[in-house]
Amino acid sequence: MTALTELSLAEAGKGLEAGDFTAEELTRACIEALEGGRDLNAFITETPDIALDRAKASDARRAGGKAAGPMDGIPIAIKDLFCTEGVLTTAGSHILDGFTPTYESTVSANLKDSGAVMLGKTNLDEFAMGSANVTSYYGPVKNPWKGPGGKDLVPGGSSGGSAAAVAGGLCSGAIGTDTGGSIRQPASFTGIVGMKPTYGRCSRWGIVAFASSLDQAGPLTRSVEDAAIMLGAMAGHDAKDSTSAPIDVPDFSAGLKEGVKGMKVGIAKEYNLDGMPGEIEALWQQGMDWLKDQGAECIDVSLAHTKYALPAYYIVAPAEASSNLARYDGVRYGLRVEGESLDDMYEATRGEGFGDEVRRRILIGTYVLSAGYYDAYYRQAQKVRTLIAKDFTEAFEQVDVLLTPTAPSAAFAIGDKMDDPVAMYLNDVFTVPASMAGLPAISVPAGLDGDGLPLGLHLIAKPFDEVTLFRAASALEEAAGFDARPPSPKGGAS
Amino acid sequence: MSYLISGESGDWEVVIGLEIHAQIVSQAKLFSGAATAFGAGPNTQVSLVDAAMPGMLPVINEYCVEQAVKTGLGLKAKINLHSVFERKNYFYADLPQGYQISQYAEPIVGEGTVVLDMPDGETRDIGIERLHMEQDAGKSLHDQDPKRTFIDLNRSGVALMEIVSKPDLRSPEEAGIYLRKIRSILRYLGTCDGNMEQGSMRADVNVSVRPAGSDALRTRTEIKNVNSVRFVMQAIEHEAERQVEAYEAGGEVVQETRLFDAAKNETRPMRAKEYAHDYRYFPDPDLLPLVLADEDVERIRKSLPELPDDKKARFVSDYGLSAYDAGVLVAERETADYFETAAKGRDAKQAANWVTGNLFGALNKAGKAIAESPVPPGALGGLLDLMADDTISGRMAKDVFDEMFETGKDPAAIVADKGLEQITDTGEIEAVVARIIAENPDQADDVRSGNDKAIGWFVGQVMKATQGKANPKMVNDLLREKLGG
Repeated sequence: MTALTELSLAEAGKGLEAGDFTAEELTRACIEALEGGRDLNAFITETPDIALDRAKASDARRAGGKAAGPMDGIPIAIKDLFCTEGVLTTAGSHILDGFTPTYESTVSANLKDSGAVMLGKTNLDEFAMGSANVTSYYGPVKNPWKGPGGKDLVPGGSSGGSAAAVAGGLCSGAIGTDTGGSIRQPASFTGIVGMKPTYGRCSRWGIVAFASSLDQAGPLTRSVEDAAIMLGAMAGHDAKDSTSAPIDVPDFSAGLKEGVKGMKVGIAKEYNLDGMPGEIEALWQQGMDWLKDQGAECIDVSLAHTKYALPAYYIVAPAEASSNLARYDGVRYGLRVEGESLDDMYEATRGEGFGDEVRRRILIGTYVLSAGYYDAYYRQAQKVRTLIAKDFTEAFEQVDVLLTPTAPSAAFAIGDKMDDPVAMYLNDVFTVPASMAGLPAISVPAGLDGDGLPLGLHLIAKPFDEVTLFRAASALEEAAGFDARPPSPKGGAS
Repeated sequence: MSYLISGESGDWEVVIGLEIHAQIVSQAKLFSGAATAFGAGPNTQVSLVDAAMPGMLPVINEYCVEQAVKTGLGLKAKINLHSVFERKNYFYADLPQGYQISQYAEPIVGEGTVVLDMPDGETRDIGIERLHMEQDAGKSLHDQDPKRTFIDLNRSGVALMEIVSKPDLRSPEEAGIYLRKIRSILRYLGTCDGNMEQGSMRADVNVSVRPAGSDALRTRTEIKNVNSVRFVMQAIEHEAERQVEAYEAGGEVVQETRLFDAAKNETRPMRAKEYAHDYRYFPDPDLLPLVLADEDVERIRKSLPELPDDKKARFVSDYGLSAYDAGVLVAERETADYFETAAKGRDAKQAANWVTGNLFGALNKAGKAIAESPVPPGALGGLLDLMADDTISGRMAKDVFDEMFETGKDPAAIVADKGLEQITDTGEIEAVVARIIAENPDQADDVRSGNDKAIGWFVGQVMKATQGKANPKMVNDLLREKLGG
């Protein structure tokens, strides 16, 4: 029998239903894997006791014929940006030292209600600001995949801990958040599926805010089907979040295997960047061919303002962040470094509590909102954002989905790009436009680069058309037949 | 009767604009479900949102929106169907989010007008620039501990309306009348209780001066957080004089924020640090634009009560009251309601006189509000009825009223208990008159010989003999008949 931790989420669900194993057995296997995989530094907090309690409760429900659904008894990992009742929540930051919420985020509560078992809280870039998971106060996360010569690589970010946990076989599913690519890019770097739903599909209530108009929760899994199942348990309107969409949650798995015959797939020339590695371009072409072979039609479209998306994103997101992070002032919770006056205390607390990247973004955000600069930066960026959304709306008059690469490279070594923030920001060049337009998008593992490292392909769909997105992603997954796995965290191949 | 400050170089005119912060009457806060009651123990009315815990999100309280629209309609102002909440960013220990959610570029209410009744009987139209909604901050308590500041977040997130006037006010007196008028309208609407001493209403006062006759606006200063009508008037007076002195001495007025110190009777600048902010306003991404439908506004419009201006006009036309009396009666909704109940089916002018005269006098003396009056309006009406049907005289009524005010008893009961009914039986009075005339032949002759004044002496004697109960008019008529005076 396959090791329990190697099962997909859907397979594990079937096994539980068939009585092949119990949720407790499955959970114990994951806890053991967590312990064996600590070198990855994927978790900030492990919660084995909570996990076992919930697993036993799930088994009891199932024994009583009251299993809640496909997630009941499935162990998952939660990015440490989601507030969890009674469990330390850090956002990867020193400034939230000792912060234990008295409340549970809506998304993690929905998962809990669906019977999912929380294994722990995963590492992330501080306040989700980063593309390599190197800015966490709790140290960098290692990609389970190794570079040439066994070099440690980044898992991508900011949901790097969640991606590493799923790719490293510690659990079959994890939740992350995506502001500019923080689910999709790490999924691409670690050879798994990462999905960002439409803005408003999942409640943001209880998620430590980075950039409110962009943040969305989403699943990281080893298959498209698993992502669809998991999103179904996460999504839904929430009156506590004014930006949550008051629309019904469809069955995301419906039509997953219906194929892409007749589907129109848009290819935007603007995603063909100067200096893009040949193997990324080749993989993109391969993706088109895979879809065409299954009866889809590829159509050239223009997304004229694509090149402005990244600069505009790096105005809007820091602007919102500079305001969202003002509440970490040492007055009510988390870290406080005493000072002679209130201002001294602010300076000491925030100076010590925030890392370099967070401080950089707070400074950028404060600057672009300042009197005299607002019109030139923030207002201009909002106009660009409107134009980007309009580009997409027009493209979607012709096509059902768009196909692009997920990231401009495979995973790089820990320590690389650390001295060049702009090079780091370029990681998100393909994922940011969909974020700016609030569109659902997914990264599907599609191939390996010359060093044997995973690369993803990226699909974008119309607002709230996740069903079509999953269907196209499933077709891509099927054709790619990606089954490469990283070396086992303990050594030897899995 | 314009208010001018005379200086060496000539007369100066004062230009005033008011920003009134009014707490919206609502059980819950603007963006959270926490309670808003005044006087609760520190930090007992604080939700996770009010304390700005990580991941918490604001959700607009629809009732507060309705209250703001209602107020806008009461100020005869334009209601903006599309408005936007923005963040006003600054750090302070009692501002948990590090920003205040407020409306900036697109407020919910636009331009309107308020009519002031001036003491000389004239009216003045004062323009309203805008009304916007915003959340209040918490409170820093500096006096609880020698070294530390304590924070009370009960007020954090409480809904406020900021009502901004145009710079149309020209004297401390006008500013006072304007503030009272706004308070009266808000109280009629039930959108703000107007209790300045509890902080549910306070004003920022913008003041500038200019040579009389000039149209140009000069640099203004803003006096923050003034919390009574009297202080607003005093602050304007002192600040305007300070500015005139500055100009007359060849100096300038700098645009700045000042505080009014009522104890020292002066305004002084706040420390630069206290106000030199770049607030970095931007639309709050946690909230969607606030969109109202025309039907919503119309529904609220239909629910508006009769407002002071309309009520005053009705009191003048329906009850025949003077504009002055009507104005006094409508200033508070409770007074107007009291008057209408007391006057119903009776002599309205007489009722108005009793309310503004005896009742106000007694309430003032007792330090009571009209709502606490020991004499309910129906009882005052009963007293008026006793006069109308000649059961008691006007003179006697005053004594009965004092008794009513003291004991809360019904007028008819007091009259019956004390046997105060007026004697209106002609025979009974005739008998007394005849006896008094008979007993005082000399005085009677005096009257008969043409000394009309002496008849007053006889009236006094008859009243004395009847313990004041005889109907004075009947006594007078009978004496004249008998004595041929």
